[in-house]
Amino acid sequence: MPVKNIQLLQENSPSILLDVIYRSKIKDIMATKLVTAPSTVTIKEAKSIMKEAEVTGIPIVEDNEIIGMISIDDVFRAIDGDYMDELVLNHMSTDVIVLEDDMPLAFGITYFEKFKYGRFPVIDKNRKLVGIITSRDILHELLFQLNHEVARLESEIRSDNDPDLTTLKEVFKIKKMDFANAGKASNEIKKLLKDRNFDPKFVRRVSVAAYELEINIAIHSDGGELEFFLDKKKAVIVARDSSPGIENVELALKQGFSTADNTIKSLGFGAGMGLPNVRRVSDEFNITSELGRGTIVQAVILIDSQEGS
Amino acid sequence: MKISDLELVEGFKVVQPDYEDTEIKAGYTSDLLSDVMANAGEANVLISIQAHKNTLAVCKLLDIGALVVCNGRDTDEEFMDIAKRERIAVFVTDFNQFKVSYLIGKML
Repeated sequence: MPVKNIQLLQENSPSILLDVIYRSKIKDIMATKLVTAPSTVTIKEAKSIMKEAEVTGIPIVEDNEIIGMISIDDVFRAIDGDYMDELVLNHMSTDVIVLEDDMPLAFGITYFEKFKYGRFPVIDKNRKLVGIITSRDILHELLFQLNHEVARLESEIRSDNDPDLTTLKEVFKIKKMDFANAGKASNEIKKLLKDRNFDPKFVRRVSVAAYELEINIAIHSDGGELEFFLDKKKAVIVARDSSPGIENVELALKQGFSTADNTIKSLGFGAGMGLPNVRRVSDEFNITSELGRGTIVQAVILIDSQEGS
Repeated sequence: MKISDLELVEGFKVVQPDYEDTEIKAGYTSDLLSDVMANAGEANVLISIQAHKNTLAVCKLLDIGALVVCNGRDTDEEFMDIAKRERIAVFVTDFNQFKVSYLIGKML
């Protein structure tokens, strides 16, 4: 069990970590696509169900309530003992440990440490089965959250460490489908730079990156924010949204690829040039995204850069 | 040439005459705003059928001083207000983008 020895829940764990594992709820992490079986199937049938669904264990359900779990380990035992044609009813584990969907991630971690199961069914407050969670789901969530937090901390450290360096920091909220205001944040950023008499080429590159990221949040996300930092060496734009995330980041970075609908295209957007444009004008470009959890794009534009504008 | 020279082009109607009359050295023709963002270069006139607020946002970001709206596309009041506030010249014409590009191109 990979989670077991990570020992996340220590008294001296960094507060950010504790924050993450108490903030995230089981229901945000669990798989909701449920594969279940009644107790009247044979172990052989249960094996086929697992194989087809590519899972290693399934809840056994009767009248919407879990009465047991059958796992790949039970299947192996049945092969060894040659009872594959018997019903799961007699061989499933019945001391099922469940998690509730409103519990924080911390509970999930504790359960995986305490009980030696590979997965836990998740029930809601009406005791109805609503999902299933594996240690893999938890690791995935932790990595994603920590990635976000590290990115955030890094930008904070940059501004805290040397107050002289951060000459500017602005945050703009961007609303979903708010085309009326789209372009506002980037124009404000442009004005901030223009007022400080920066080289027009630098101003343009920052403007292009800010504009495309701003429009992306408006078009594709449920809303988010654009952060703008400026110091003596560079401009940094961080675009952050909370959902829905990008299914295939590599594809999204490809010129001409777009998921925008026709209404958006008729406005002259959605040509699949946004992210490629940002990357082109940036000296440093990072993107992290996960379906259902959102996207963070960071574009760094150096003041003394020879990159194309 | 200057932006004001566009007022003399037959078939062009200036609908937002309160603009800064800057020099036009180049133009760009496109209906894709991201394409404009990426490639407009030093253009100071944008030839497009996109006549909405975001077109103006792009013009402003790229210091494009004039917009020629082709194919007789309508412009609404809010659009005009922003164009006026930002002092971006707006021309409307029934010509298509090709014809407009040709007409302006030969004046450069």
